[in-house]
Amino acid sequence: MIKGKFIDNLPKVYGIYTGGFIGFIILMAIAEQMGMTAKAIGIAFVVFTIAIYAIIGWLSRTLQMDAYYVAGRQVPTVFNGMATAADWMSGASFVAMAGGIYFKGYGYMALLVGWTGGYILVSTLLAPYLRKFGCYTVPDFVGTRYGGNAARLSAVLVLTVASFTYVTAQINATGTIASVALDIPFKLAVYVGLASILLCSMLGGMRAVTWTQVAQYIVLIIAYLLPVFWISSKMGAGFFPHLMLGDEVARIAELEAQFGLGTIKNSAADLATVPKGLAGITKAHSSVNGTNWGFISLAICMMAGTASLPHVMMRYFTTPSVKSARRSVAWSLLFIFILYSTAPMLATLSKLSLIDPTLSTGIIGKSIADVQALDWYQNWNQANLMFVSDFNGNGTLELNEFFMGGKAVVLATPEIAGLPYVISGLVAAGGMAAAMSTADGLVLAIANALSHDLYYKIIDPKAETAKRLIVARVLLVVIGFAGATIAAMGIQGILGSVIWAFDFAMSGLFFPLVLGVWWKRANGPGAVAGMLLGLGSGTAYLIWVRNGGSGFWGITHLTFGIVGSLVSLVSMVVVSLLTKEPDRATQDMIDELRVPSGKAILGKQH
Amino acid sequence: MSNKTKHWEKTRGLLFVTLAIWFVFSIGIFFFGTEMEASSFRPFGYPLSYYMTCQGSLLAFVILNFWFAGRQEKIDEEFGFTEREDS
Repeated sequence: MIKGKFIDNLPKVYGIYTGGFIGFIILMAIAEQMGMTAKAIGIAFVVFTIAIYAIIGWLSRTLQMDAYYVAGRQVPTVFNGMATAADWMSGASFVAMAGGIYFKGYGYMALLVGWTGGYILVSTLLAPYLRKFGCYTVPDFVGTRYGGNAARLSAVLVLTVASFTYVTAQINATGTIASVALDIPFKLAVYVGLASILLCSMLGGMRAVTWTQVAQYIVLIIAYLLPVFWISSKMGAGFFPHLMLGDEVARIAELEAQFGLGTIKNSAADLATVPKGLAGITKAHSSVNGTNWGFISLAICMMAGTASLPHVMMRYFTTPSVKSARRSVAWSLLFIFILYSTAPMLATLSKLSLIDPTLSTGIIGKSIADVQALDWYQNWNQANLMFVSDFNGNGTLELNEFFMGGKAVVLATPEIAGLPYVISGLVAAGGMAAAMSTADGLVLAIANALSHDLYYKIIDPKAETAKRLIVARVLLVVIGFAGATIAAMGIQGILGSVIWAFDFAMSGLFFPLVLGVWWKRANGPGAVAGMLLGLGSGTAYLIWVRNGGSGFWGITHLTFGIVGSLVSLVSMVVVSLLTKEPDRATQDMIDELRVPSGKAILGKQH
Repeated sequence: MSNKTKHWEKTRGLLFVTLAIWFVFSIGIFFFGTEMEASSFRPFGYPLSYYMTCQGSLLAFVILNFWFAGRQEKIDEEFGFTEREDS
């Protein structure tokens, strides 16, 4: 079913799928009217969508090397763009980003610029050239371009550190959603999330992940846009929120001033009673609330990180040609833009429905007892994601007395805004899709690097196809479990871990990858120095700042990639110039890499 | 100068142009956060700083990426480095 014919029929297949999904939403809406409970709807949404992904995963099972590693290199441009968008937009984008913007305002909106601007670097500096190279994994490129196991191994190390940090955050996100939607404890829910992730990727590798990611993109984009458009119309803010929320943004600024944002401060003793991980609204919504450098440095790290994260890069190995890899980057960005430009609108609508006393949904200024009696408040309070307390003892809720977990903003908004529960179920399914699709890509990136680069290329180059694929799958399961175990500990929030992952990737891989294409003189010892010293210095800076170090140049624990990548660049250039220039064969290989036509540098099966 | 060298020079030129535009929208304008906020130019009623970070720059990147892909294809064609479609 999957070969040839399937590729030709893609628009039809996914068209039917989308229609079916919309039908399912309508069915649930009718069921809700007929008395289906909120809990049952939540479960139906999550279980139904995961079952579909699992079926796609099973149908895409494969025993072929290039299907497992690069989906047979036949994914059409636009569909690859869609799959990349799902691969890219993680639990952090879907669940946490609007929450970050909600609480931190302008300062965190640098994430929007960084996570889209990075795609210019991907398409100009790297993706088409790596596609021409014909590698299976990113370390495959590093190992061949720079020659030798040291370079390959260093790349595997950086990839593993960055992707693993990232994947724990995604499993955390799936766990959060599963625990709310299915009403099970978080520690158990992370394993439910893990099982669904493995269902999608284990049998079919990249091929299965590709086709599930396209399906997941469709679910997540519907789930993200529908409530925003709905709330906007319901509130009378306009039918197309992106262009019509100017007044609402201004209204929030007005209310902030009225409620004494920034002037009324909570005492430390009061704040100590707030559950860990919840935040109050303390920053202005739209005005510039930080230094220019704070904004720019965060954007730079996210952009360079985007261009160095292997799970994104490897999506462009699956297109049929160099040209379509380049086009595919542009399509990915368009699909990502649709969600990212909606996130600030979601934050605006969500905040306004909560704080505007003239709206029926507003809770600020109501009596504390009334708020505590609200259904949705009780649900989210139970999940430890929402909290109110009468600090000043006047009996009414003030802006500074409301606290919420960042990840609850997107998930709870439909309920807060008074939408039917079917929308909350849909959003849960969307968040699950976003987190799962990224986790799939990441777990696969790590497992492929370990199985292809470490096991096959370094440990046992004579291994047969069947054995290599078994090793790849065993590693997939092992890495998934390790990620879930760490996620269950809940060390760092979703957004924080994801930002760290970008910094790690940028520290170790950005310059070695870019210079590999753009600077012929770059050689093996230089690349190894760049990767190891970059990763090392970035990590050292992170540990220093996290343990009370003062830092320098205004670089925080969220932007340590700047230190890492600078060290990486300098050491790579210096060491390269001090050692021998690459041999003739390598230089010819780079010339070949720079033109789209001709044979790939690494063969179809390698 | 060989065909490949010329192709690479043009490719590099396009890279610099693309990255210059990218720099303006991703980094350059955000050196002027407060100035943008104070500006009387307010697209769709949003403060300019807010608009650029939630929509303006993002849209610029999308357009830039498609434009870049088209230009690069032209360069590849000009020097005869386009792939055969069946490859």
